[in-house]
Parts: sequence; structure tokens; C-alpha cells
Amino acid sequence: MIEIKDLYKQFGNTPVLQGINIEIKDGDIYGLVGVSGAGKSTLLRCINGLLPFEKGSLKVDGVNIQTLNGKKLREFRSTIGMIFQQFSLLERMNVLDNVCLPMRCLKYDKKKMLEKAMENLELVGLADRTKALPRELSGGQKQRVAIARAMALEPRILLCDEATSALDPNITQSILELLKKINRESNITIVVVTHQMEVVKNVCNKMSILSQGKLTISGEVKDIFLNHPESLAELLGQSVEFPKKEGKVYVEILKSAQGKDGENVISKMALAVKVPFDIVWGGMDKYRDDIAGNLVVEFEESDWEAVKKFLETKNADWRLV
Amino acid sequence: MSMSMDRLFNSIIFPGLKETIVMHLVSCAACFVIGLVFAILLVTTDSRGLRPNKIVYGIVSTIINVLRSVPFLILIIAIIPLTRAVCGTVIGTNAAIFGITIAASPMVARLLESSFKEVNPALIEAARSFGANDFQITYYIIIKEAVPSAVTNMTMAVVNVLGYTAMAGVVGAGGLGAVALTYGYQNFDDLVMYSTVVVLIIMVQIIQWVGNKIYEKVK
Repeated sequence: MIEIKDLYKQFGNTPVLQGINIEIKDGDIYGLVGVSGAGKSTLLRCINGLLPFEKGSLKVDGVNIQTLNGKKLREFRSTIGMIFQQFSLLERMNVLDNVCLPMRCLKYDKKKMLEKAMENLELVGLADRTKALPRELSGGQKQRVAIARAMALEPRILLCDEATSALDPNITQSILELLKKINRESNITIVVVTHQMEVVKNVCNKMSILSQGKLTISGEVKDIFLNHPESLAELLGQSVEFPKKEGKVYVEILKSAQGKDGENVISKMALAVKVPFDIVWGGMDKYRDDIAGNLVVEFEESDWEAVKKFLETKNADWRLV
Repeated sequence: MSMSMDRLFNSIIFPGLKETIVMHLVSCAACFVIGLVFAILLVTTDSRGLRPNKIVYGIVSTIINVLRSVPFLILIIAIIPLTRAVCGTVIGTNAAIFGITIAASPMVARLLESSFKEVNPALIEAARSFGANDFQITYYIIIKEAVPSAVTNMTMAVVNVLGYTAMAGVVGAGGLGAVALTYGYQNFDDLVMYSTVVVLIIMVQIIQWVGNKIYEKVK
């Protein structure tokens, strides 16, 4: 478990993180989201002690990392894997040597080192490219090698710093599937720093949004996307706004593949409440292992109370837009 | 008066070439070892290095700057007392090797330092993230990743040191420099003079060709 309490960090006189409180449970895939300069990569580097911080506490499995230094800090870091946007592979080492490097630094037995490296390369689907140099690989393959290297020391936590930002959508998807597989099979906690909303929706179960070094919201990914869309405005940029009319009410009705089922809310509403309505827009999003659809409908303001009563009795997922 | 080609090469050019090659190889090896140590000290103690230390960096950097500020011929004369104290003489190959090493090591240190600084800092951060210590980072990341750039820079340094060995002929070292000076310049023998120039040109071509081949292999 990672417990971050009231953490403050500054570069020179510039505050970068201001009073961050986050709790990441074992097995979570946790998204740290924010625009460039929000402080998310800095926070990630505080977790494995690559960057010190001025105030607050950061505990990993109960160990306060501020109490660690020298050899103890290096040993602690070896329990946390990390992957980067630009892969950070050694260009003059082949794939196998890159994966072996962390184990070589920790003086693993040669046989054990090679076995583990091959096991990890099989996990990432690159067991046949052991002799290839990084420049002979595609971006996705490089990130797979980086993942195999990060997993070499069997970490409890994997930190991903914009790991898919340099990859195209198809490759991104395959890397995210690999991260989910690692999380599922090894129960490794994964912390994902990204500005790509699709990545968070696809892979994370929980998330925190950072803005100018401050935490704006934390919670379940689906809950934040569906119920607190205003907190995502800075990240999503300018979106198309439907021109709302005077005297009308706009309601978003939500339905997810793993949520309540069989309610037929909209058709029953049409039959039961018997008020006219228009469908304004609809959409569908994938959240990790769930799919959620939304439909926005427009009512006369005078009909709203009756509609609201109906929605409440049906225990439907809805919100005013 | 000009001499026969046979005598020119067997009695004058080849012995001079042999001395030059010995001076050059030993000086290059010594410069590389000393330069490497100083370059590692510089990148390690730099403000963005693994162990920032303003005092050590300042001292090493100043020594290098001072030695690099003095033109080679003046430096080799200025350190004559030191050369005599260390080598017991100020003439001959050993004294020349000592002088060339003092003069060229700072250049080698700066060239290697610039190669080491070209290494992507993200690689160092990645190595720190999996628990590598400073020695491992220096060896596996900084030095090994800098090899292609260092090969290019060292090729340049080896050519420069060859120039130093020739110049050292002026102050009592043997080799092709002394041949060109004594037999060519002072005896007004153009054949000797231009023969040494041609031999030096061929040596530089060979050094550059070998350097390029090594670069192709290690990049």
C-alpha cells in the first residue's frame, strides 16, 4: 500500500506539489492524471525516492521512504519497477542485456538472471528478439522490453511515467492489455501517470487529478468520469456544448454493462410518465472491464418533477446536465 | 646536398618513425588513462552529476583549464624542471612522453567529459530507478553508452598527440619532428622535410581510418 500524506515538494522557490493526500491499495491500477506541469511525474518520482520532498510523509508498505538513504534506498528502489515515455533502454545493449541489467547490478546468479530475463521476455512476447538492439525495435517493442526490465527484480509496484504517450493507439492498447495482464497475474500495484484520458479509462480502477500541484479529486475512475465531468474539463480541453434551451431540462441517463440491468428505464418512462421528450445526444465509453453508455434527454421544465419521481423509484443512474 | 633514397629512409626516416610511434603510443595510453580519470571526476562532481562537489570540480576544472591555456611548446619548456625531476633528463623519448602526457591529458579529459555529458540523463534516472549504485551507473551507463562519441573524440585526440610528438622534436625529443628539424630545416634538405610530412600525413590518414572503422563497429 502507498500512503501519501500532506506531501509538499518544490523546485527552488517554485512549489510543485502542495499538500497531496493519496492512498493506493495493493493490486490497484491507479491513475495520476493532469495537464503538463501539474506535478504528476514529480509525485511518481517521490514514490520510489528518485526525488526528495520537503514536507509530509510517503509510506510504501509501511516504510517511510524519507528514513531511507544510501544502500537501503537503493534496495527499496529495486522493489519498485519503473517505465518511461522514451523507454530509456541502453542503445548499445541488446534486448537480453537490457533486461538483465537490473539483475546484474544486484549481482544475481548468472543462470537465475538469464532464466528470469527469458521468462519476462516471454511474458512481453519478445523471447525471439533477445539479440536485437533497441534501434532495431518499434516503439511498442521497446516499451515491452522496458516492461520486461522493470519486472526483472519482481517488484511489488510498477510506476509508469507517460508510458504510452509516444505510441500510436493500437500499440497503446496492446501495452495497456499487457499492464492489465501483469496486474491480474502478479497482483502488482501499478501507478500510471498520463494525460491520456483513454488510458485511464481503459486500465485504471482509481484515479487522482492534479492541477498546478494540487489534488482536485480522487476516486473510482468511472465515478469521476460519469459524475464529476467538471473535474476533467482542464484535461479534456474545449468540448462541444449543446445549446440548451430556456424552459427545458436535460438529464443524462447512464447504463453500464456491469451495472443494474433490465430496468428499460427510458421506454418505461415514456409509457409511465407519458411526457414528451427528445433524445439530444448519447455516447459509450470503456472503463477497464466495464462499458458504460449514456443518453441525454430533453424535457419540458414543467414535466421534470414527474420524471424525477419516476427515475428515483426506478433507482436509475442519472444526473442533470 | 641531397642524400640517396635508401639512406634517407633506412638511416633517418625509419628510425625517426619508430621513435615517433613509441612516443605516440605510450603518450596516448598515458593520456587516455589520466584523461579518463579526470573526465570521470568532472562528470561525477558536476552540479548535475552523481555526486555534485563544487570544490573538487572547481580544482580539477581549473587545473585542466590552466594546462590547456598554455601553448604546447611553451608548456613543455615551462615544465622542464618537473621533467628533469621525474625523468632525470629533459631530452629523449621518455622526457618527451612525460611532457606530451602533461600537455595532452587535459585535452583528453575535456573530450571524454563532453562525450560522457552527451549520455541521455533519462538512462541514468532509469538505472537509479532499479537500484544501481553510482559505480554501476558510471560504468554501465555513462561510460558504455558514451563509447561511440568517445571513439570519435579520441580519434581526434590521437591525431593531436601525433602533432605534439612532432613538435616535441624541437625541444630534444627524437622522432620525425627532430628529423624534419635537424635534417630538413637546418640542413635545407627539402627531400627530408617533405618525406617526413608525407609520412605524418599517411599516419594521420591511418589513425582516422582506424577511428572511423571502430566507430562503425561500436555505434
